[in-house]
Amino acid sequence: MATNLKINGTSHQVDLPEDVPLLWVLRDELGLTGTKFGCGVAACGACTVHIDGEAVRSCQVALSDVWGDITTIEGLGTPTAMAKIQQAWVDHQVAQCGYCQSGQIMQAAALLAENPTPTDADIDDAMQGNLCRCGTYPRIRAAIHDAASKLKEA
Amino acid sequence: MASVGKILRRTFLIGSAAVVGGVAFGAYYVTRPAANPLRPGKGETALSPFVLIDQQGVTLFAPRAEMGQGVMTTWAALIAEELDVEIDDIRVLHGPAAAAYYNSALMAEGLPNKGYDASEFQHNLGEALGVLGKPLSLQVTGGSTSMKDGFERMREAGATARETLKQVAADRLGVDRAQLKTERGAVIAPDGTRISYHELAEAAGQIEPPNVALRDPSTWRLLGQNLPRVDVVGKSTGTAEFGIDVRPEGLKFASVRMNPRLGGTMKGYDSSSAESMPGVEKIVNLGNGVAVVASNTWLAIQAVEAIDIDWGDAHYPPETDSLFAKIAEAFDDAPNSTMRDDGDVDVMPDGATEISAEYKVPYLAHATMEPMNATALFTGTKLDLWCGNQAPTLIQIRAANTANLDTEAVDIHTTYLGGGFGRRGELDFAEIATKVAMAVPNVPVQTTWSREEDMRHDYYRPGAIARMRGAVKDGTAVLIDGKVASQSSTQQAVERYTGLPGGGPDKVLVEGLFNQPYAVPNYRISGHIADLAVPVGFWRSVGNSHNGFFHETFMDEMAHAAGRDPLEFRLELAKAEFAPAAGVLQAVKEMSGWTGETPDGVGRGVAMTYSFGTPVAQVIEVVDEDGTIRIAKAWIACDVGIALDPGTVEAQMFGGMMYGLSAAVMGEITFADGEVEQFNFPDYDALRMHNAPVTEVRILETNPRLGGVGEPGTPPSMPALGNALFDLTGERARTLPLINQFDLLV
Repeated sequence: MATNLKINGTSHQVDLPEDVPLLWVLRDELGLTGTKFGCGVAACGACTVHIDGEAVRSCQVALSDVWGDITTIEGLGTPTAMAKIQQAWVDHQVAQCGYCQSGQIMQAAALLAENPTPTDADIDDAMQGNLCRCGTYPRIRAAIHDAASKLKEA
Repeated sequence: MASVGKILRRTFLIGSAAVVGGVAFGAYYVTRPAANPLRPGKGETALSPFVLIDQQGVTLFAPRAEMGQGVMTTWAALIAEELDVEIDDIRVLHGPAAAAYYNSALMAEGLPNKGYDASEFQHNLGEALGVLGKPLSLQVTGGSTSMKDGFERMREAGATARETLKQVAADRLGVDRAQLKTERGAVIAPDGTRISYHELAEAAGQIEPPNVALRDPSTWRLLGQNLPRVDVVGKSTGTAEFGIDVRPEGLKFASVRMNPRLGGTMKGYDSSSAESMPGVEKIVNLGNGVAVVASNTWLAIQAVEAIDIDWGDAHYPPETDSLFAKIAEAFDDAPNSTMRDDGDVDVMPDGATEISAEYKVPYLAHATMEPMNATALFTGTKLDLWCGNQAPTLIQIRAANTANLDTEAVDIHTTYLGGGFGRRGELDFAEIATKVAMAVPNVPVQTTWSREEDMRHDYYRPGAIARMRGAVKDGTAVLIDGKVASQSSTQQAVERYTGLPGGGPDKVLVEGLFNQPYAVPNYRISGHIADLAVPVGFWRSVGNSHNGFFHETFMDEMAHAAGRDPLEFRLELAKAEFAPAAGVLQAVKEMSGWTGETPDGVGRGVAMTYSFGTPVAQVIEVVDEDGTIRIAKAWIACDVGIALDPGTVEAQMFGGMMYGLSAAVMGEITFADGEVEQFNFPDYDALRMHNAPVTEVRILETNPRLGGVGEPGTPPSMPALGNALFDLTGERARTLPLINQFDLLV
């Protein structure tokens, strides 16, 4: 049975078993590889995308349960037209291996949409589900604060 | 030895060899040039195995893998500094597997000297031994060696290319080469005319390169600066390609299961229920495991988990306790090495106070964020293999042997690595992907391991035990007699890579213990190898990862026994042995405002480890918050000699510390019934945003040698934390992980 998904503003027809997690639909079916596989059990946040603006772990959302429009890292901005949060990630030279950063950025973008001026404690709460084995946390924190102030100016 | 030094240095200067359409510039070690790996196309001139100039500009082929440490950016800067191009104007790609890309610095690290005391002769000998990297095809990213290896070769590649281009322009204009300048990818004629490099490149392939001298560091415009990482935009937009992101036309997806009793056989399996599952295309018998090829990765994982497999037993004691009993037995055997034996540790100095302690650390997993994977396309006569890896030439040889092909028929395409930490220096993920691809010829297949498969089939940091004995007198250390016992990662890896038994004294087993820069007159360190078949490998900072904890916890215990401040105690001993080590201790003392006193509810600990040529000191501060202990602050000082990119050094120091603190707090791999008991991040977690300390990093540049940066931040973090907990609670941490003993915030 084909399922209709709206991803980054574009409609896609997907014909897959309904229990296939959204993560694998994005990566293996549609080639949207910016969203990463880390653990498969919602313990690392590498697969974070937005559904109707809410940050969710796409490894835990079955295809048949997708309830709204999906935004992935590719939909947030592109190398030549980055979102402000992505520009902040570049300005603060956050990435090391970079594998977790798509998920980190999607989580941070959802945080800022909900809370435009997060405190350090707010950042701790919102970001602690996102694991980074390179330990880039201080630069992530700085980038979030910076993006918050840039978004405020805009 | 000046003349020997000169000859040795000259032997790896950039020379030239004709290639199709031009010339290759290469680092010629041993007796003859390695084959040029770049295979330049029509209209392109390969200026060296590291640089390609064509109509699209300058491309650098980075022979070291980018796994987060910033190597692509800094190698590009080394070339750009001499070639007079801007970092933004260079395209940086991972180079192919090629003999010319051997790692000279890694072999030099194998010398049994302490490192900080290397004389010019030993240093030159180290360079001479560097030639061994070539016959062994050691194109390896590891050992924090990339900058030591690339520092001269990359700049010489850039300088030679620049002067050759200038010579072509000089001949064309009928002027002397010295009258020409270079700037932003062009040669500038005396009248101001710009001739871009690509116009000169092909002709440059036809002439002999002139001898060049490297620019004085005082004139550097890129090196020593914080440069924007070449990979940062891709990694902030989801467009950087990791191994798991490779998508060749017609790609199929596979997943794998191997014996959870590591190295054990597979007696048989029943795949009948898996065969009818959705998307399943093929069940592949790997001999020692099973893979399923399917239409997507998740369907492949579901199906492979539905296979009923009869596994053979493990070839090691099946429980954690029995493994550690075997490790302890190794102390009864003659030592494998005694790399430091100063004075006489068997004679207790008059009036000295003797102390002793035993320490134990667990097996650890690498747990890279990107699970193991590789993508392969096998046609019967050729194999293409895409993966993030730290050793492409070794992978090429292994894949060729697996597929029964010549190495020339195997192309290795190295992508970004979603974490390496030593795990991607192994060959298993590539060998498995090759076998899967051979089962479906002419179809590209990506074989991805589930997180559980990755966690439970690692080459673990070996568990280790240390028995330390020491003596203090008049407020200082007068004797250290230490023994460490563990499996030998080095010997096991040599056997894995080459099929030949590894032997000889294992320096890695005792690094971080025998070579610490403290002036203690009676000082002996022995290594004991436990012969066990648990797969073990190189984990960020390797032997230093356990020995740093052993040595620096014991230093703290000795300071305590001597009634001294632990920082002052170390500072005095380091001053007399190696000034940069004292310098980093002095720096963290100043940065943290160390007084030796802490308020109630606050504890501070210090540690210093010299590893990979870099002394690193750390002070960690812990606070008791209603019974839960939080790692609140950290101060790090390192002395790397020359900070080629301070922003990258800072990131590596912080990241290295976090990797160590994560292990110290909660990292532990245990065994039951021969199987690893940890499956996924909930069982093997790491520090996160809310429990990462606020950290300050200071970089010093007094070290006479260029030190590594990727690993040295890890070893001192674990003892610094343990020592801080002692300061807070009065309880000594002699076993890791600390969560088993202290109520730490997780």
